[in-house]
Amino acid sequence: MKNRMTSMTKASKDNLGTILMLVAAFVIVEILRAAGLVNAHMDGMLVPICVYATMAVSLNLVVGILGELSLGHAGFMCVGAFASAFFSKCFENSMGVFPRFLLAILIGGIVAGIFGFLIGIPVLRLNGDYLAIVTLAFGEIIKNLVNVLYVGRDSAGLHFSIKDQASLGLMEDGEMIIAGPQGITGTPFNSNFVVGFLILLISTIVVLNLINSREGRAIMAIRDNRIAAGSVGIPITRYKMFAFTLSAVIAGCAGALYSHNLSSLIATPARFGYNMSILFLVFVVLGGIGSTRGSIIAAVILTLIPEVLRFMADYRMLIYAIILIVMMIVNWNPKSRAFIQAHSVGKIFGKKKTAKSGKEGA
Amino acid sequence: MVSFINYLINGLSLGSIYAIIAIGYTMVYGIAKMLNFAHGDVIMVGAYIAFSVITTAHLPVACGVLAAIFGCMLIGICIEKIAYKPLRHAGSSLAVLITAIGVSYFLQNVALLIFSSNPKMFTPIIPMTMMTIQFGVFRVQTISLVSITVSIVLVLLLQLFINKTRPGQAMLACAQDRGAASLMGISVNGTISLTFAIGSAMAGIAGVLLCSAYPTLSPYTGAMPGIKAFVAAVFGGIGSIPGAMIGGLLLGVIEIMGKTYISSQLSDAIVFAVLIIVLLVRPTGLLGKKVQEKV
Amino acid sequence: MKRMKQFAALVMTAALTAGMASSAVFADGTFKLGAIGPLTGAAANYGTAVVNGAQIAVDEINAAGGINGVQIEYKGEDDELDNEKSVNAYNTLKDWGMQILVGSVTSGCSIAVSEKTKADNMFQLTPSGSAKDCTNYDNVFRVCFSDPNQGMASAKYMGEHGLATKVGIIYDSSDVYSAGIEATFEEEAANQGIEIAVKEAFTADNNVDFSSQLQKCMDAGVELVFLPIYYTQAGAILQQAAMLGFQPEWFGCDGLDGMLDMDNFNKELAEGVMLLTPFAADAEDELTQNFVAAYTEAYGVTPNQFAADAYDAIYAIKAACEQAGATPDMSVSDLCEALKTAMTEIEITGLTGTITWTADGEPDKSPKAVQIQDGAYVSMQ
Repeated sequence: MKNRMTSMTKASKDNLGTILMLVAAFVIVEILRAAGLVNAHMDGMLVPICVYATMAVSLNLVVGILGELSLGHAGFMCVGAFASAFFSKCFENSMGVFPRFLLAILIGGIVAGIFGFLIGIPVLRLNGDYLAIVTLAFGEIIKNLVNVLYVGRDSAGLHFSIKDQASLGLMEDGEMIIAGPQGITGTPFNSNFVVGFLILLISTIVVLNLINSREGRAIMAIRDNRIAAGSVGIPITRYKMFAFTLSAVIAGCAGALYSHNLSSLIATPARFGYNMSILFLVFVVLGGIGSTRGSIIAAVILTLIPEVLRFMADYRMLIYAIILIVMMIVNWNPKSRAFIQAHSVGKIFGKKKTAKSGKEGA
Repeated sequence: MVSFINYLINGLSLGSIYAIIAIGYTMVYGIAKMLNFAHGDVIMVGAYIAFSVITTAHLPVACGVLAAIFGCMLIGICIEKIAYKPLRHAGSSLAVLITAIGVSYFLQNVALLIFSSNPKMFTPIIPMTMMTIQFGVFRVQTISLVSITVSIVLVLLLQLFINKTRPGQAMLACAQDRGAASLMGISVNGTISLTFAIGSAMAGIAGVLLCSAYPTLSPYTGAMPGIKAFVAAVFGGIGSIPGAMIGGLLLGVIEIMGKTYISSQLSDAIVFAVLIIVLLVRPTGLLGKKVQEKV
Repeated sequence: MKRMKQFAALVMTAALTAGMASSAVFADGTFKLGAIGPLTGAAANYGTAVVNGAQIAVDEINAAGGINGVQIEYKGEDDELDNEKSVNAYNTLKDWGMQILVGSVTSGCSIAVSEKTKADNMFQLTPSGSAKDCTNYDNVFRVCFSDPNQGMASAKYMGEHGLATKVGIIYDSSDVYSAGIEATFEEEAANQGIEIAVKEAFTADNNVDFSSQLQKCMDAGVELVFLPIYYTQAGAILQQAAMLGFQPEWFGCDGLDGMLDMDNFNKELAEGVMLLTPFAADAEDELTQNFVAAYTEAYGVTPNQFAADAYDAIYAIKAACEQAGATPDMSVSDLCEALKTAMTEIEITGLTGTITWTADGEPDKSPKAVQIQDGAYVSMQ
């Protein structure tokens, strides 16, 4: 606590650094693209990278800043993806691309936020691993429900069913919008790197600002010691709900970005299941819990590794697993940490080394 | 009514397998204070070991079961020593959770490379001619009876072991306070290894039972039962062995009943919804201890 | 922690720069064919079969002098059954210089990738993407039957041959293929006077325990159970039905092919199972026998219909290229236009029957009804 207070100005400098890092990365990539130095594979990866980095920012808010373990974040992304794609499908021909896509992103964020709020009411009453398992449960329920949701449209309006396509009773002119397990097909392809970057940048700025605000300090006080925070009059539930809902909104926007990057949106076990939530958690933990910048960097690296390893064919996922284990051990083992601190390249930047606590605020 | 009893028995059979897996989860959690996400994949490894011994090497079923138990035990100890021990003092339980996920990917992909993605049909440990037993109007699958019996016996043995033997008492002590236990001369490292050995051995048994009841074996066989068992452990109150047993059985019954009477597509959603409701009423699970938080 | 991150940032920059180095590729006298499918993950057996089946065809064609005297280069990429990874795989193959795409293996991925091939105007032939939406664009063709087609054919076959009047269905509601067949089957069953007494679904998360679904079928007293699913689950269903002592008639689609070759599958369980499939690995004709021999020798397992569809896909591309007089120096887009026309003009006799294509990308071939007798497929009339 004390450290954080004294390093206030340092924290805002750090935040500026994070934002500058993002902008610099964006500019470099754009220059490379303009120069034709980016191949199709990497070019296609840019939007997904923005999606995952935004998810990492979102989850870091819950895990790192609020201090609660969420294993269901893919569920919020799923809600945002389906809500926004549904909107875009409905209004594809009746609105211009720009206002529609903007609205779609907002709707994705808002719907996910509503889910976050509703789920937060029961979830945030729990603690620790129990909270984690309930978020996992909600994530799985969302995925399960999306897979039995059928929505069709004909001249009589919208039709819903949670049984099958036939029970919608669509007329001749009808079309399916959400076809249960087949999801949404034909979402307009609107996402691009600029939009993705903007969503990532805005999310980052929002989260960094929050951390350095009165609310953010209250939230971190709750993380560090709930009872003490409560006893000095911080309204615990309200702040917890606020952080959780905001995180869901960001995840929903990332979902909107994701769904407008692919023409076929399906909620499979690997996609939007607990596996994906865990993947996001890996970004946050590997990036240094609580560090927004670290989370973003980890998201970028871990998204690229399996793709860069494609030449290894069958062995690449095995190598990925080994890299993950080794990175975790090297990064978190107390002895190896001490070793790195003593011998790292960072020593070159020696003067910044002072007054840094183990847990960072930015 | 007859079919209701049949569904109930199916549920208990599935539940007893979940229970055996959940006990492994809960023991490791109680003593090492970590969620071992790779536990489900140890089940898969156990099933592959049994498959190799029984079907590929044509050895008797008993050899296969023993090989699975000892193989899993060995793997469990190795995983703990290589991947988890270096992070025991990392200061964040999340770090070791992520490592466990890495181990889970590792086991799946090693199995994928060795056994290929083509699923194998596991030879049930019950001979084809003895698949069902008739009790009056009830026809019961033999494997259901075996699973239920094995799980009950295992829980009783474990309770005896923990309450009546010195290593068992050491485990209890470590679960309560690792620091104090080590001051009392208990080898914490040894106790944690022992816990992983027992938990993994149970995973091996669970693997054989699981694949005998539901005979497709693939590198991803263990993932979903692993998660379900984790849910069962939380359900019963994580850290409590009787809790894991009850949680597992309940989960199995709810899953089968939900599948039968509500919707086979929503059975997982139903399981998770019940879990949420239980945790809201009892925030530390059915048999979990209430922990008073201190400043 | 801080140092670590700076280090990580360095590594990342290095990785990015290395990865981004543009690889300008020009086809130098070979046709470059790419394939996409799940090679790892839960559906890896399907993707592997496609990539391997196509490889056999490529090797044969190259050994026989290639297409119009031009050799084929062939490469398969993994998509882990994920739409986004499938697009990544497509982009990787594009960097490699791919001119024609044989993929993706699964429907969802195929739809996602078709958006990209449409934009690039690249010719896409999916061996096994069976959902209706797979061939929405005019540059996409498929080798397998479409799902509605199979559901319709199954119901008709049952009705015309009077197999059963009271049937149960067990299908995978989370799978596009299975749900697609089920929907049209249900429609057509009504016309055929077939009563669907039980309709039970399972999902990809819950596909090992079928005791409830089977018990329901048993309680309802159905005469026949329709299984529009893949062989992995079908094998488990047959085994569990045996454990329950449930013995109805079984009827399936082409997804069931491959069941007999599952490692350690008890073939007695499948006795009497009927299925509509374009390919049977123990067919008597020379083409099938040569293919099965080559495949078994190369990969150690018997090929299934995925491999057969992929094999036919490569030969279809060969035929279309020859018809159009395609050369490797044509641009991707020109090649696509030429092949689009040529596809509707060719007729190939492959492993999955004699096939012609319509301009909307659908194959025209007829399914064969086969029954498993004594552990082997026997053609029904």
